[in-house]
Amino acid sequence: MGRAVSPGGARFKPGDCVRVRNDDRPGHIRTPYYIRGKVGRVERVYGEFLNPESLAFGGDGLPVRALYLVAFNQGDVWGAAQGPKDKVLVDIYEHWLDAEK
Amino acid sequence: MPRGHHDIGGLPGGGPIDQTEHVLSDWEILADAVNQALGEKGIKRTDEMRRAREEMDSEVYRSLTYYERWIASMETILIEKKILTRQEIDSKLAEFEKKWGEP
Repeated sequence: MGRAVSPGGARFKPGDCVRVRNDDRPGHIRTPYYIRGKVGRVERVYGEFLNPESLAFGGDGLPVRALYLVAFNQGDVWGAAQGPKDKVLVDIYEHWLDAEK
Repeated sequence: MPRGHHDIGGLPGGGPIDQTEHVLSDWEILADAVNQALGEKGIKRTDEMRRAREEMDSEVYRSLTYYERWIASMETILIEKKILTRQEIDSKLAEFEKKWGEP
């Protein structure tokens, strides 16, 4: 279903620091509520996929969007009491991510 | 906008997840088969089904089991795409209930 990211197609690469957008809008959203606004690191670039936010309403899913596996520290997501070495891994589409210094 | 009724990851009070295998009823297997057939025929996409479940009335959503939600979302999409009407589904249902009794 997905396809390889064309050169320059993906804005981020593994290791990049990103912040999940804190958008809240109606429609079909694949970015879970608990991860919005959090800062993590790109683990993997899966490729480009049709946009589910469009497919959900019978659209063609274009333009395709790069999809990433992003790793977050458990503590940053659930609070300091969580295992400091554990990560939360979430699949996130590029239009939900901003570069974080 | 509050979080959707489907998007409950991390909410406190959910309790542990029951990870034991459970036997599926015949109707649940059938619901899965119909869902897959609709996909094979290009009638619906997974994302449309998810959206239909997200748009359900929250109280109804919470009161339904997993495959009951699947069936409700299939109905929504089939009606939306004018393949079936609500009336056709309801009258067929009434017919079955008459034949086999109230489920």
